Amino acid sequence: MLDTVFWPLVKIVVLLNAVMVSVTFMTLLERKVIAWAQSRLGPMRVGPYGVLQAFADPLKLMTKEDITPANADKVMFTLAPILSLVPAFVVFAVIPFGGDPLYYVADINVGLLFIISVTSIGVYGIILAGWASNSKYPLLAGLRASAQLISYEIAVTMTLVSVILTAGTLSMVEIVEAQQEAGIWFGFIQPVAFVLVLIGGLAETNRAPFDMPEAEQELTGGFHTEYSGMRFGLFFLAEYANMIVIAAVVVVLFWGGWLRPFPSVGALALLDYIPSWIWLFSKMFLVLYLFIWIRATLPRYRYDQLMRIGWKVLIPIAIANVVVTAVVKVLL
Amino acid sequence: MAETIAFYTLSVLILGLAVLVVTVKNAVHSVVALVMSFLCVAALYVVLEAEFLAVIQILVYAGGIVVLYLFVVMLVNLDRSPEEHEDPRRLSIFGLCLAGAMLLEVAGIVVYSYNRSASTVTAPAAASPVQGNTQELGWLLYTDYLIPFELASVLLLVAMVGAIVLAKRDL
Amino acid sequence: MMEITPAHYTVLSAALFTIGVIGVLVRRNIIIIFMAIELMLNAVNINLVAQARQVENLVGQVFVVFVIAVAAAEAAVGLGIILAFYRNKETVNIDEMNVMRW
Repeated sequence: MLDTVFWPLVKIVVLLNAVMVSVTFMTLLERKVIAWAQSRLGPMRVGPYGVLQAFADPLKLMTKEDITPANADKVMFTLAPILSLVPAFVVFAVIPFGGDPLYYVADINVGLLFIISVTSIGVYGIILAGWASNSKYPLLAGLRASAQLISYEIAVTMTLVSVILTAGTLSMVEIVEAQQEAGIWFGFIQPVAFVLVLIGGLAETNRAPFDMPEAEQELTGGFHTEYSGMRFGLFFLAEYANMIVIAAVVVVLFWGGWLRPFPSVGALALLDYIPSWIWLFSKMFLVLYLFIWIRATLPRYRYDQLMRIGWKVLIPIAIANVVVTAVVKVLL
Repeated sequence: MAETIAFYTLSVLILGLAVLVVTVKNAVHSVVALVMSFLCVAALYVVLEAEFLAVIQILVYAGGIVVLYLFVVMLVNLDRSPEEHEDPRRLSIFGLCLAGAMLLEVAGIVVYSYNRSASTVTAPAAASPVQGNTQELGWLLYTDYLIPFELASVLLLVAMVGAIVLAKRDL
Repeated sequence: MMEITPAHYTVLSAALFTIGVIGVLVRRNIIIIFMAIELMLNAVNINLVAQARQVENLVGQVFVVFVIAVAAAEAAVGLGIILAFYRNKETVNIDEMNVMRW
């Protein structure tokens, strides 16, 4: 009873708290990094060097007035942010922060498929938000954003098939253990898959340069135009939580998860004194920094260019990658 | 014990949401109830130790097919006000009682035959090694049932081409 | 009643199937009818998986994979037909879909 109910609950509470805090600090990190890329300083007033801005923003959102449009579908209007946020948090149950069973909530033997399927539930939040607002800008933006999401989901899923072929298993813990046995991170064996999952992950979370559906200059705020106060805050949180999920999945699949660099070189064994979860967090931080850097640098794609890349460029490359991986695996 | 609680909770949820799907007037609410129902069915598959099927159910059914339904419902509802979608229902109490009676009959037959033949159910020998649901299913799909597998992929290709041709505005 | 036998799952599957049949017969909106058909397919899937666990042979689950694949194909084509019809006649009420009647 203690093992099956109590300890997982403790782990879930700790994990949820960690994710919420890191999501609030992600907002600050993004503003700071984009500011430094643009030769300015970003938020500096609240707290030393602007660090407490991360807490000031949610506080502001919570104290704002909660407006519901007059003819909006009230049930769906309330349900949409929830349907957007919950799948982003559920995925963290299968991400391993270390090899010991203490460090993950559950190791299900279809972990990677679980992640893909649960993130595809997040599409409903966007469609319902666009529909329930009863206004043309959110509806068009919602349909566009969900079409973009389901298109890039196909490319990412096919790319992950080649990763599954390399690792030989679907469970996240066993994929990292396979990297430990192989002695090399899968990012070096499967560079094409790594780049494809990065691009597909950017597109799935509606991040620049694929953020046409929520760009302010294009569709006046996209599917969350009519949302205000903490409901908008929930969409905001959901987007950053999705980004952290994609970063975690990329690190576990391609950058060795909790392993130190060069896991098979014995001479670097003293790096093992650094706990496994610190390795994971540092690598995730690097990936998130990369995402923010891309946003600060690249202009955004037009919608038809975006869809063309998803269907006509990424999917053929993903299929070719699967075929090449299968052939190499049979020959070796 | 855990299976009992899980089964009864999930079956109440599944049947309740299915009734919502069939009775609610607003089509979008109906579709959302369908998604929730499919997620509960996926949880039931996990209780039945078929976790690969549970994930496939979420990925294909809840994350693909129902999104398609939602798109079509929204495209059809775009230029009409919601009040026009009152469809007169052919509902009668006699019909519902008849359906309930048939359900009770079927349930009675099932329970009776299960209790009678419980001792004579034989399990055919499983030829494949026991490794886990995904591996076993993959083994079966690629050895014994390869031809249906390939035919299913041809069927999906035909459906894709057909759906595009039907829904295009100008060919 | 305390121990869950495959008969329980079959009764659940029968009840879900009945709800699906009532949906097909009662509703007039053709998209809701299609969704009730999906409910019926899910009922059959639950039954197949429960019986597969009972006889410890995975053929039932293989069948479920094919049912899901065929349901996806049928949903795509069916919704394409609905969209094509809607473009012509502006209705989704099946009482008004009688263009080919004599």
